[in-house]
Parts: sequence; structure tokens; C-alpha cells
Amino acid sequence: MNEPKGDRRTFLARAGVATLGVATASLFAGRAMSATVVRPNDVGVIQTALALEHEGIAAYRIAGKSGLLSPGTLKLALVFMGHHQTHRDSLAKLVAAAGGKPVEPRTDAQYIAELKLNSLKSEADVVALATMLERGAASAYIGQITALKEPGLAKLFASISADEAIHWTTLNNAAGTPIPTAAYVFG
Amino acid sequence: MRSSPFRVSILSGGLLFASLLAVAAWAGTVPDDVAAGQTAYLNTCGGCHSVDTDRIGPRHRNVVGRAVASVQGYDYSSALKKLGGIWTPDRLDQWLSGTQKMAPGSKMYLELDDATERQLIIAYLQSVSLPAVSKDSRTDSQSKRWRKRP
Repeated sequence: MNEPKGDRRTFLARAGVATLGVATASLFAGRAMSATVVRPNDVGVIQTALALEHEGIAAYRIAGKSGLLSPGTLKLALVFMGHHQTHRDSLAKLVAAAGGKPVEPRTDAQYIAELKLNSLKSEADVVALATMLERGAASAYIGQITALKEPGLAKLFASISADEAIHWTTLNNAAGTPIPTAAYVFG
Repeated sequence: MRSSPFRVSILSGGLLFASLLAVAAWAGTVPDDVAAGQTAYLNTCGGCHSVDTDRIGPRHRNVVGRAVASVQGYDYSSALKKLGGIWTPDRLDQWLSGTQKMAPGSKMYLELDDATERQLIIAYLQSVSLPAVSKDSRTDSQSKRWRKRP
């Protein structure tokens, strides 16, 4: 096999990181599910968060099919959408475990109208919208933490908020917007 | 007796000035507050709310001066429907300080401890609630209230 050693090592190292990432994600998801007792007061907070995730998934899915995104941006959008889907699944399971009915996503037509997706004309427009939504989501999770009665849930919300912050930072940099100079960017 | 053009001009100027004062008193804000407030609004409220469309939360156009739980078509919680009254800057400040304290069981969960940030957000909400901005999203009762305002 003519594959250079260096490249192979890099590939394996990346694969190892990827495997570790999957295992950690599964472990965390399992820990969040098993250790967290959802109190009745927390169900409403989770439902609001779940509605946020539905909206984020719809925004990436609809924008992804718009033909406005270049291949690299589309790939990234799909990664972010995957994160939101994982968040959605975790939150929906928690609601169901508490005996609640997880809030359903709205129709695509509603999301298109609510987010004015028909007005998006370029990749820059999509990135700007996604940046705004991710920033709002990161802050919303932080804002909701104080309402939670269960520390395990607070940890989950903090973790999801960090994911949204990664999305925002990546998109913000892609748009060439400077990072805010003041601290406490979210919340 | 006919009014002189000079008198009409003074009268018009006075009316214009009075109108501007009335708008300023209603808004109670300065442009810097509104600009900073918009940033704070997008950061704190933008996850769930927009100015002109209902999303996870209801639209905010004309929220100041609007009856609580009055946006047509938005599915409010029973807690907010029971709250009643009008959204004034003071009530919005109370709301943003702790939504569940003001209306336990409402859909919104937020405790914004920073009074300055609350005021900036309210300044922005006032700026999108000016009488001239939009009449379409007001209810009939709100339109009557606007007409009563001097």
C-alpha cells in the first residue's frame, strides 16, 4: 500500500477522535437520560427548548435545500443540524419520561413565514439568519437555566448552550464579523 | 378674521414641536439606548421572539401599550391570559425580572437580573411600538386607546 505513513497516522488519529467523540456523546446522552429526574416544573422549560430545536432544525433543513449554500457551507449546516437533532431527541425523551407529550414541530410553511425564509437571497443572508438564531438560542438556554429545579438538567442546558455558542462563533467568523469586545457575549 | 401666514407658521411649528415632545415622552428613550437595546433584544429575546412575526413567542411590534395576551392567532398560556392589563414599561420591567414570578405557569422562563439591560430592551420595544409604526397589528381596543392619547 502506497499510502504515506504520515497521512495514515493523521487519518487514524482523526478516526480515533471521531470514535471517542461518538462514545462521549452516547455516554453523555445516556447520563443525561438516566441521572436526570424531570420535575413537573421543569417540563415547561424543556418544551420551550424543544421548540427552539425544532425551529433550528427546520431553518437549516429548509435553507439547505434552497440551493443558496456552497458545498462547504452546506456541509457545515448539516453538521449543525445534526447537533440540533441530537438536542431535540434528548429533550423529547426527557419530556416523555416525565409523562409529557413532547411539543411537535410546526409545518415548513409556518417556519418559512415566521423566519421569513423566502426573503433569503444569498448564502450571506442564510449565514446572517443562522447567526442570529444561534446567538438567540445560546442565550435562551442560559436564561432558562435559572428556572430549572434539577441540577442535571441545568448541566444539559449548559452543554447545549455551549454547542449553540460554537455554531454562532463559526458562523460569525464565516461572516467576517468581529467578536464582541465586551465579555459575557451570551445570556 | 384671517390668520396671517406668520401666525400659521408659528402654530404649525408649535404643533410639530409638541408632537415631537409627545413622541419623545412616549418613547422616553434616546437613539443610543435604542441601538444598544436592539443588540440586547436580539441576544436575550431573539431566540424565541421577532418583532414582526410570531415564533416560539409572540411578535413584539407595538407590544408597549398592547393588552396582555392579545396578539391574534398566538396560543398564549392560561397563566398569561389571566394576567390581564396592558404592557407598560414598568410591567415589562417586572416581567423581564422574572416571568414565572409575575405569571406562574406561563411559557416563558426568564429572570433578567441586570436592570440596565432590562431598560435597554424596553427602550427598544418602545421604539418598535411608536404609534406611526404600524396600525395593522393593533386590536380595535388598542386603536381606541391610541386615539385617546394626546
